[in-house]
Amino acid sequence: MTTTQSAPAVSTAPETSGSRFIWSIRDCWTIVVQEFTHLLRQPSTFAWQIGFPVVMVLMFVYVFGSAMDVTGQGAGEGYVDFAMPGMFAMTMALGFMDTAYAVTHNKEKGFMDRFRSMPMSSSAPVTGRAVSDVIRAAIDLVVIAGVALLIGWRSGGSLTATLLAFVLLLWLRLALILVGIYLGLCIKNTETAGMLFAVAFPLGFISSVFTPPEMMPGWLGAIAAWNPVSSTATAIRELFETPGIQALEPSYWIDGHAIGAAIIWPAVIILIFLPLAVRQYRLLSR
Amino acid sequence: MPPEFVIQASGLVKRYGEKRALDGVDLQVPRGTVHGLLGPNGAGKTTTVRILSTLTTPDGGQAEVAGYDVAAQPREVRRRIGLTGQQTAVDDLLSARQNLTMFGRLFRLDKSAAQKRADQLLEVFGLTEAASRTPKKFSGGMRRRLDLAASMILAPEVLYLDEPTTGLDPAGRREVWEAVQNLAAEGTTVLLTTHYLDEADKLCDRISVIDHGMNFVEDTPAGLKQRIGQERLEVAVADPAEGLRLKALLQQVLSAEPAEEDQGTKFSLLVTDGVSALTSAAAAISAEGIEIADIGLRRPTLDEAFLHLTAKTAPQETS
Ligand SMILES: Nc1ncnc2c1ncn2[C@@H]1O[C@H](COP(=O)(O)OP(=O)(O)O)[C@@H](O)[C@H]1O
Ligand SMILES: [Mg+2]
Repeated sequence: MTTTQSAPAVSTAPETSGSRFIWSIRDCWTIVVQEFTHLLRQPSTFAWQIGFPVVMVLMFVYVFGSAMDVTGQGAGEGYVDFAMPGMFAMTMALGFMDTAYAVTHNKEKGFMDRFRSMPMSSSAPVTGRAVSDVIRAAIDLVVIAGVALLIGWRSGGSLTATLLAFVLLLWLRLALILVGIYLGLCIKNTETAGMLFAVAFPLGFISSVFTPPEMMPGWLGAIAAWNPVSSTATAIRELFETPGIQALEPSYWIDGHAIGAAIIWPAVIILIFLPLAVRQYRLLSR
Repeated sequence: MPPEFVIQASGLVKRYGEKRALDGVDLQVPRGTVHGLLGPNGAGKTTTVRILSTLTTPDGGQAEVAGYDVAAQPREVRRRIGLTGQQTAVDDLLSARQNLTMFGRLFRLDKSAAQKRADQLLEVFGLTEAASRTPKKFSGGMRRRLDLAASMILAPEVLYLDEPTTGLDPAGRREVWEAVQNLAAEGTTVLLTTHYLDEADKLCDRISVIDHGMNFVEDTPAGLKQRIGQERLEVAVADPAEGLRLKALLQQVLSAEPAEEDQGTKFSLLVTDGVSALTSAAAAISAEGIEIADIGLRRPTLDEAFLHLTAKTAPQETS
């Protein structure tokens, strides 16, 4: 008889906008706890997720780096310092595919339907996913920074500037995570989610991450320079006071305003995609 | 005053492009009963459940659940329903207890209440021993029971079960049936969809047969079985020349007009008590010395039953 008789009572208190806000934060936190329990249950998956960018760092620095002359002082010279900030930015740019995949997976499994039939906050599945994925990205960054320190990268900037650089990186990631959630909600199934590589790769590679846009053909260089990933990459190079950066005269206006752009670009993306994602979740398969 | 009908829906319409998934479904479910939605694949069962659980908005008609309009007050409806969808929606990476605790938190219980409720439900659904394991390794029946438990956190006024046993082995089906029967015995109102007649028969107080997004029949399981489940006695003669003799004999013994099939070589008629009809017909036939090729009782398959029930009003489909 315990199923119904000893069941907790249904709260019938009318909701105010204040209580709704508090619940949306609490529900968000419940989702974050759920996501982190996943991490603890699946340490190997998490290790693979971190392993990928670490391999990328080593590959790009040692394989491509030895052939490139980015500072005008000879091939390979200063490439670690030029590439490392780019690698940080690249990790931020590519990782949002995992977000989209996880969202599509949850949708496919009917998880979202259960959530939507419950009296929980309708923004929590979006914000909870965003928060936990940003925390995950922060862990990624710490690991990669450790590898970078090992292969000789040093931030030339002050502690504050260096921390600000990492905050800007996570800011970019948060924006892309929201794009990922939105796409994940729009996409039909996880097979299609795999095709997001087609979006993520140009976003990561048509940028100043590995090659200065000045070295690309004109139109491509312009796209690369205005890519949000480039703004963040350039901004953190400034903040890390990457040697050789002054040698490159910024030939695109946005390059000269990189820190501002690295703050504003993600803010614009968040302002667009947070409401879009929440709306998409509410209207899911109506 | 609680409403007499916990679910009250009329004229529900749902279109997907040109396709009418629902074309005017009506439903009235009294409090404390188990109501079945029986229909073949694509009949509109899931769409009906999705509308009644606020996941989808209808294009026409209206529905009230626990006294609240599903379109206008979805939040109030959500506080009072439990949904076990067609797919099992449990988190494979959380333990059974963590799953229930998480859902409890999302149903706005505080931490200790959520844990206490999780343990209660694990016990009720026979999962206490599996509490700290992840559902990934559960049997189908156990997963479904966990899924059910997650829907019962707040003892909802209505529990929706969308094909709760599809894809389960016989043992799993029995486990789930038992769990549903226990919930029903405690007075939970259940709306259950299925395409198994025996499942509807076993669990439901009343059954609505739907197809092509429309209601066809609503009846008790016994009444429904009588309408569709009636047996036919079929007899075929060895020599076509003896057809008329056999027909007259059957008419005399069973006092009903047999239908002719296969150019007058086969005769069939609906019977209420199959076994006694079969034995008396066989006795009379052998006494008369008519040589027969075949004699037997046949129950309609479920497909035939649906066809039979829906034939009179089936919409003309252009596809
Ligand atoms: N999201 C959708 N988009 C297009 N057609 C749909 C959608 N959902 C259901 N349908 C169609 O509506 C009809 C009823 O579907 P459904 O309610 O799932 O049937 P059932 O649950 O009885 O098998 C089917 O013909 C199905 O193809
Ligand atoms: Mg269905």
